[in-house]
Amino acid sequence: MKKALSLLLVGAMTLSLAACGNSSSDSAETDSAATEESTTTEASDSEGSGEAVFKIGGIGPITGGTAIYGTAVQNGIQIAVDEINAAGGINGYQINYDFQDDEGDSEKAINAYNTLKDWGMQVLVGTVTSAPCIAVAEETHNDNMFQITPSGTAVECVQYENTLRMCFSDPTQGTESAKYIGENGMATKVAVIYDSSDVYSTGIYEAFAAEAANQPFEIVSVEAFTADSKTDFSVQVQKSKEAGADLLFMPFYYTEASLVLAECDKQGYEPVFFGCDGMDGILGVENFDVALAEGLTFLAPFVAKSEDEMVQNFVTKYEEAYGETPNQFAADAYDSVYVVKAAIEAAGATPDMSASDLCDAMVGAMPSVTYDGVTGKSITWTDGEPNKAPLVVQVVNGEYTEL
Amino acid sequence: MIGFISYLVNGISLGSVYAIIALGYTMVYGIAKMLNFAHGDVIMIGAFVVFSTVSGAGLPPVIGVLISVVACTLLGMAIERIAYKPLRKASKLAVLITAIGVSYFLQNVALLIYGANTKSFTSVVTIEPLTLADGALVISGETIVTVAACIIIMIGLMTFMKYSKSGRAMLAVSEDSGAAQLMGVNVNSTIALTFAIGSALAAIAGVLLCSSYPSLTPYTGSMPGIKAFVAAVFGGIGSIPGAFIGGILLGVIEILGKAYVSSQLADAIVFAVLIIVLLVKPTGLLGKQIQEKV
Amino acid sequence: MNGMKTKTHNLSRTTKSNIITYGIVVAAYIIVEIFLRAGMVSSLLEGLLVPLCMYVILAVSLNLTVGISGELSLGHAGFMCVGAFSSAFFSRCMEEMIPAAGIRFTLAILIGTVFAALFGILIGVPVLRLKGDYLAIVTLAFGEIIKNVVNVIYLGRDSRGFHISTKDSISLGLEQGGDVIIKGPQGITGTPNDSTFLIGVVLILITLFIVINLINSRTGRAIMAIRDNRIAAESIGINVTKYKLLAFSVSAALAGTAGVLYAHNLSTLQAQPKNFGYNMSITILVFVVLGGIGNIRGSMIAAVVLTLLPELLRGLNDYRMLIYAVILIATMIFTSSPGGQEIQERIKLFFERKKTKEA
Repeated sequence: MKKALSLLLVGAMTLSLAACGNSSSDSAETDSAATEESTTTEASDSEGSGEAVFKIGGIGPITGGTAIYGTAVQNGIQIAVDEINAAGGINGYQINYDFQDDEGDSEKAINAYNTLKDWGMQVLVGTVTSAPCIAVAEETHNDNMFQITPSGTAVECVQYENTLRMCFSDPTQGTESAKYIGENGMATKVAVIYDSSDVYSTGIYEAFAAEAANQPFEIVSVEAFTADSKTDFSVQVQKSKEAGADLLFMPFYYTEASLVLAECDKQGYEPVFFGCDGMDGILGVENFDVALAEGLTFLAPFVAKSEDEMVQNFVTKYEEAYGETPNQFAADAYDSVYVVKAAIEAAGATPDMSASDLCDAMVGAMPSVTYDGVTGKSITWTDGEPNKAPLVVQVVNGEYTEL
Repeated sequence: MIGFISYLVNGISLGSVYAIIALGYTMVYGIAKMLNFAHGDVIMIGAFVVFSTVSGAGLPPVIGVLISVVACTLLGMAIERIAYKPLRKASKLAVLITAIGVSYFLQNVALLIYGANTKSFTSVVTIEPLTLADGALVISGETIVTVAACIIIMIGLMTFMKYSKSGRAMLAVSEDSGAAQLMGVNVNSTIALTFAIGSALAAIAGVLLCSSYPSLTPYTGSMPGIKAFVAAVFGGIGSIPGAFIGGILLGVIEILGKAYVSSQLADAIVFAVLIIVLLVKPTGLLGKQIQEKV
Repeated sequence: MNGMKTKTHNLSRTTKSNIITYGIVVAAYIIVEIFLRAGMVSSLLEGLLVPLCMYVILAVSLNLTVGISGELSLGHAGFMCVGAFSSAFFSRCMEEMIPAAGIRFTLAILIGTVFAALFGILIGVPVLRLKGDYLAIVTLAFGEIIKNVVNVIYLGRDSRGFHISTKDSISLGLEQGGDVIIKGPQGITGTPNDSTFLIGVVLILITLFIVINLINSRTGRAIMAIRDNRIAAESIGINVTKYKLLAFSVSAALAGTAGVLYAHNLSTLQAQPKNFGYNMSITILVFVVLGGIGNIRGSMIAAVVLTLLPELLRGLNDYRMLIYAVILIATMIFTSSPGGQEIQERIKLFFERKKTKEA
């Protein structure tokens, strides 16, 4: 019986190998057929007439524990692509867009990247989380493909010439937060809670702690949590409370923050809450008691309530399409696509160029690109890092308010 | 001192949630002799049902919890019927893998229905918090309800097992299912009943878990599920008071470890204590020591 | 006379079966290599080649514990983690001292394997006193502890030597130009990408050689005797602890080898729930169970098929993991339930009848 089973499995394997190996154009066809459904009709029209298109790929987690961030990026890119296509494309060429799941894992991210390469991707917008981003950057560097990450914050994400990011780096955020707290005299005693199993959170915390030494406040308590024990925050909050901290610094994402805020409320602890850009989205948590977040201050690249015309346009479209307010992940992803557009236009590139030539042209054109978007104005890039100033956002009366 | 008591209270509160989940684990293990890895995800489904009915449709919390208990009971029985029953005679490992498959399935169904975004769960508990020692010690309503529910459920289960006919049938099946069958016990329906009770407990655990820690995603159940599994083994898997004690101890160790040793190494501490206990008592605190016969 | 005849017949049958197992690996290598040369392999498959080798090694090595020795281990990923981190640490330190990738990687493989074996012995000694599900949960616990501890290690190097901390990289107090090699949750970045398909296949062949020879040796028979009846084995003087520990640590060592392949295939190495948590251990266990417990060739095939499956389902987008779960459940029911087995029998009968008809 075992023999029959192994025969069955061998059969399945050869079939799958054949499916993989036969020809990449074959799978690319089916893939683009799948994306046609998700992209707008304009894109498929242009493809129908045999016109050349720019193929932009995206990578991020859309299943698994970090799926929230990947989904936001996927949606953000989609809005930008639809807009650009409707407005006539880049240099007159339409964009084809495909997004692949990496489950937040480096190994899966490489698989996603290779899948997109088979599809014919020319420019990569991704990946969403830092660790997979570093792994994929190694590949794009080898292949010389242009990569812009909307939200990979670790320093190493943009260590190569062909890579740049749209968000702030971890050290920038940590340092800026410490400076802001110190310069505005927000506190004398600060407690920190951070995720010791997360690159983003530890990165910000380390930079914050380093800068804190130069600032007129003292870090009185540092407590950690991990991906495996982020249900109960009673100890971390109680320790901060006992240390007498008047400000609680929270360098992590809003999912956990909503739990920390609820725990503080439960324990009757009312410090000043200070967060990082991962806090953006906390008011959008379905059913969340926004009163808990009242007074929460954080540095962010983007405020959905801003009166800026571009922001309003983006927010309206996003809300129409997905029924929720976009967070900074979506906003950075939206901007990333427009940066790609700006770079291609500055380089005067066309879709018939190979990914490598396109990358060289875009990298060459980047110094001349000054970009106005929803996450900042007149942004330029040095060594892949965006030069943009963070906005200070506070939750006032249950709404994000720019300070 | 007040600090220590406060940690202890939080530990007991967390431990009670683990204990309720562990009770479900241990019952299924005792009777069906299988590790039901999907138990944690039934908890998540239970919490989502309450979320939909109470926060979504605006029903009163009590009705929502009832609907959730019924839904989870049916779900548990359906899982048993479709995925586990055909494998009754198969190897233990085959059943374990199937349970893992069911776990992935439930997570992904929830992901498709509710999306990946975090939902904030409104507590179904309306009891005012208890303030002691001039406000230095606050015991929340959730803690009181969770601990009370945990004790009531444990006592209820033990009474049920001891005095009711179906309960004794369960004991018989867990002791020797072949002999029980010969004595006229319907093994299949007994196992189905076990799953029904286990899943109903999961629904309650889900509600209490999310009332104390109000965040809900498709992956909410998996880590508490594993921790509860550890708790069940800790106390001696298959033993009802064992699951209770194991759950409480695990919660207390986790909180005290975080508070007094290291918050970074909290998981390692929990697992290290488990290993030490099992090395001293290889079948858990209250587990049965079965002598091997030739 | 008659008895001897059957014995030689049996022996040649095992040898034949083993040759087929090696043959499958070599043939798969040659076929893939031909397709690669012809440029007919998609980037996806090309990128999957090293991970496939890694999963095959993991599945075969776990089969040694689960199938041959009969112990349910849920901490296999922990040993993989040890192998990955020790070897990646070595490669990072020695990148300048040993520029020749071949020598450096060989040493790295040895180091990863040896470290994993050491952990196998250290963990095996206490753990193997337990039985069944208790053993399973303790191995799971050890795996989680390894992952948790690795996540808080900061290790840096400067002119004064190595510095270690469990807090953060600032407290290492490195001099200017010091290099933080292990950076807590960010792990090790910039490991040289030394893993290749060829090395992977060679490692599979070595793994198979070790495992198959072990099974067919006196030691292997002792291990299986313990699995089938511990008390009987003990009563004829087999040292139960020694043989169990041997199987367990060899299995751990081979998992370490797979970890080395993993670490040198990606430029980042982190200990996350996804890659070194119990989820990974369970994934490997699924390969072993689906391939047939104790069936080495089956584990290999199951590892390949189940690794490819989610990738081939990518076209289904959101439904991908759902379908994967359904396939998993359906396969288990089909292969292990009485109903499923009956259907299999019928299919077999059908084909056999056809064969006899043709003949």
